[in-house]
Formats: sequence, structure tokens, C-alpha cells
Amino acid sequence: MEEKYFLKNKDNPESKNIDFYVKNGGYKAWESVLEGKSPDEVIGEVKKSGLRGRGGAGFPAGMKWSFVPKDSDRPKYLICNADESEPGTFKDRYIIEREPHMMLEGIAIASFAINCHQAYIYIRGEFVYGAKVLDEAIAEAEARGCLGKNIMGTGYDLDIAVHRGAGAYICGEETGQIESLEGKRGWPRLKPPFPAVVGVFNSPTVVNNVETLANLPLIFNRGADYFAGIGPNAKNTGPKLYCVSGHVKRPGLYEFPLGKNLNELIYEDCGGIRDGHELKAVIPGGSSVPVLRPEEIDVSMDYDSLAAIGSMLGSAGAIVMDDTTCLVDSLLNLEQFYAHESCGQCTPCREGTMWMVKILSRIEKGQGRMEDMDLLDDVAKNINFRTICPLGDAAAMPAMSFIDKFRDEFEEHIKQGGCPIQKDKSIKVPNADA
Amino acid sequence: MAIEFSEEAQKEYEEICKHYPDKDATLLPALHLAKREFKTATPEVMEYIASLVGVDPIKVLNVASFYTWYPKEKEGKYVIQVCSTLSCSLMGAETVVDYIEKKLDIKAGETTADGKFTLKKVECLGSCGTAPVMQINDDYFESLTEGKVDQILDDLK
Repeated sequence: MEEKYFLKNKDNPESKNIDFYVKNGGYKAWESVLEGKSPDEVIGEVKKSGLRGRGGAGFPAGMKWSFVPKDSDRPKYLICNADESEPGTFKDRYIIEREPHMMLEGIAIASFAINCHQAYIYIRGEFVYGAKVLDEAIAEAEARGCLGKNIMGTGYDLDIAVHRGAGAYICGEETGQIESLEGKRGWPRLKPPFPAVVGVFNSPTVVNNVETLANLPLIFNRGADYFAGIGPNAKNTGPKLYCVSGHVKRPGLYEFPLGKNLNELIYEDCGGIRDGHELKAVIPGGSSVPVLRPEEIDVSMDYDSLAAIGSMLGSAGAIVMDDTTCLVDSLLNLEQFYAHESCGQCTPCREGTMWMVKILSRIEKGQGRMEDMDLLDDVAKNINFRTICPLGDAAAMPAMSFIDKFRDEFEEHIKQGGCPIQKDKSIKVPNADA
Repeated sequence: MAIEFSEEAQKEYEEICKHYPDKDATLLPALHLAKREFKTATPEVMEYIASLVGVDPIKVLNVASFYTWYPKEKEGKYVIQVCSTLSCSLMGAETVVDYIEKKLDIKAGETTADGKFTLKKVECLGSCGTAPVMQINDDYFESLTEGKVDQILDDLK
């Protein structure tokens, strides 16, 4: 698929305006759904398209919607997860700021599928500009009769409200997000019950990522079969945004079908590693997924291929590290992030992340002991799968994989009593002219 | 009550309430308005928000203290937040912080004596492809260099 979907208007600042969007076929998918389909047909189409969640877990979207009980007399809610906070990920921000109507049209279609009349966009607090763009886009869409009361004369009502977060990574986790939306600390809930049954305001709730929802206009404009034909196989379908950051010549946002080869992405599209340096490691799917060694990157960036080599597609945020990177320092940086963002509910995560930071700090400072390697691994393994939400796993997976794949470098720190890497902490801005 | 929202913020708050079936859910939006109106979430501000939303003041404190976006201490006119998480760190975030620390003669976490700038190191801002990145109040500044930092800070009155 050479044709771009998300990035087709990359060079056109008009893309966020409704006139431009409608002129290019916008809201036609929503119209066709409203006028000619039942909610079950919409769910069926999305199941047929093979669309899987783009937030990280890769759960089939149509299936998630089908868990909403039809016989419940409670109102149904849809939350669009725009809390994009996974280190290495910056794809939703582009959609929010540049293609807000693609996202709103997707929210409308998903709301219809679950019979929801009140949807929320939970956007991270730092995206002040993005929240403003969305507020304006909603007002434009309401003025045109695409959202609001009695949409397109069909009697269907849908209100979409922008709800701003306040700087907590944990609110990207769907039950933490629900708690936060209710005006509480973002403390994830025990499951079951799953949000589809008991979510926000004690009502059935679906939480979908921005990019997941933004795919829906494509499915209903071009058909589920067309969508299912994009990508490497029936379980990995549709267009995908890939974020590349770190030591490549051209970091940034790229779009390809699911299943882009990671090696090609780095060496062809991103121009390879910056001059004079070699690749050392890549975290392929946002900071929480297991790291890859250079010899492992000839892999298809899809849910199943990355899982098959022990990592994950996650949010498709590839963080590329060259030979000036100290991996003890990098892991320490990540574990400081998780220690700071741990919500504090579960002991393994709250205490474990703090201990990982302490152990890594002393190894980096040259005060580590050989037995710290097994201790670190043990702490990580005692967090993994032992917490209410996946933040614990997200903190444990980098640690376990860094130790597994780069143990020599950690041991070298301990043996030498200090960091053996010629680190390059200088400011590097390959896009300075952009 | 010594403090209250301006008329404009009051109206905005009423509009916000229409989207929620439960008023407790307006707590975060109310705190956002409070940040705009009063800058700092002081005990007095939190008591006011509690009365507005209709919850106990302790709940406001409990919630506000969980989130980093609501300052509990007085901050400078411009709050500089330099992203320090991995992608930015790989591209030189520490050097950016060092540079600003020297330029403003403060350490991260401090405010300049004239109350103009507060400097903070923060977690991922979600702009990793244009690292290093900082946010000043509501705005993002990307692909930072030392020259760019000079220009941005010198332009702030």
C-alpha cells in the first residue's frame, strides 16, 4: 500500500479544518453507518476488518465492543484514550492536532456500535494545544450537524467532551483512566468486572486508543475487505503509524501497513544510524517492551511477529540506541520513569521499581556487586504479573530483557568499578532545520 | 469565601458540568480551571474547589496530590519542563538541563529569585521524534539546541 491514510495531509496545515475534511470525503463513513447499518452490522464489519487495538495490547476492536451487554439498561460510554504517554510514542498527537475529524468520525462510529450517546476524549494534560484543536473540531462538527443532537436528521444524539488528564502515566491504563475520569486518583481497578460490563459511572464502557478509532472511517469508506487486505496476514491488518526516536538520521513519524520490516524502517526510511556509529539496541514498541539486539531487527513490525521473538509491537514506538549509549544508564532512566509513575497501590510495583532504581544507580556509579545482577532479575520477576495493572509488567520487561541480552555490559560496569562506555551526552538534533 | 472563579471561569465550569452524569467527575476539569485562575492549588483554593464540586476538601487534596500538573507550591511566571525520559535523554536532554541551569543560575526544581522562571525535569512529553523537547507553560518547544534555548528564553518577557 503506497497510498497513505493517516499522513496523507502531512504537508497541509488545513487538514484539521472541517471544510477540508468534508471536501475530501470526510464524515461520509459516519453518514453511511447512521443511515444504513445496525450496531451489530458495524461490529461485524470491524471484526471482519481484523482491526486490533493500537494502544499497545492489540486486542481485536470489534470483539471488545461485542462484550458490552445489550440487555443492560445503563447508559453506555465510550472513552477515546488520548493519554499518549508511553516513552517513545508520539503518533496520537499527530492525529489529534492534524486529523482531529478523522478521530471524531471514528469516535462517532464506535459510539453507534455500542449505543453510546456520551463519549469522552481523555487527553493528557500536557497536550494543551491538542485539547484546543479538539474542542474547536467538536464545535465545527456540531455546527455542521455531524455531532450533537439529532445527527443528520436521524434522531441519533452524540455528545463528545474533551477531558484533560493531569500528568499521570497510569491514566493511560484503561481502568486507571476510568477512575481518573470519575474525579479520583488514577488507581487501576481489579478485573473482572471488565470495563465493557462495569466501567465509568458504573456503566458499560469501551476504552479505545486514538489511532484505533481513527482507522474506522477507512474501514467504512473502503470496506472491511479492503482494510483486511492491508498488512502481512489476516491477524495483522490495516495501516499503522510508526514512531522512531533516538540515534537515527531521520527520526520521526512514519506510516506503512502493519508489518513494516524494522531493519528497513531504520536503515532505509530513517536513513540508518547517525554517521560514525553503529547500532547497539532497539526497543521496538515503546519503553515497556523487551529490547532487541541488532541481529534481531530483521523482523516484521506486527503483533504476532514481534511476540514470536519475545518482544511486542506495543505502541510501535521504536527507540534506537547507538554504540555511545550506556545500557545501564538507559535502563536506569526507564526505571526512574516507572518508579515515578507507579501509582503506589501494589507493593511489588511500588517497592520493586524503587529498588531497581537503587540497584541500577549503584551499578552505574561503579558500586555494584556481581550478585546485584541476579538480585535485579529477581526483583523484576517478582513484579511481573503480580500487580493489578500492566505498569508492573511494563517496568519488569525492560529490566529482564536488558539483563538477558546485555548482561556483559552490566557485569563490565561491576568489574571495572565504573561505566566503561564513552557516553555522548551532547545535544543532537538531526531535524534542526525542520 | 475569600476566593472564587471569575465570571468567565464560572460559566465554563457550568458548561463542563453538562457533559457528566456525576458532578464528582468535574473535579479534574475544575482543578484545571483553578490552575488557570489561581496558579497554585493552595489549601484555600482546594477548599473552594471542594465547595464548587460538592465534595470534601480532603478528597480534593487526595486527588490533586496524585497528579503532577497541579502545582502545590508557588512557581515562576514561566515553568520550564524539560523532558528527561529515554528518547530525549539519548538526544542530549541532560545537556539542555545543564545549559538552562547555568543560564538561569538555578538548579532543576528551583525558581529564579525574580520569580520569572521555574525549571523542572519531567517524564516523557510524547514528542520523542523531535527530541530534545521542553514545555513552557502550555507550549511545546522541540528539536532544541543551545541557540534555540537562548532565543526562546530571551523572548519571554
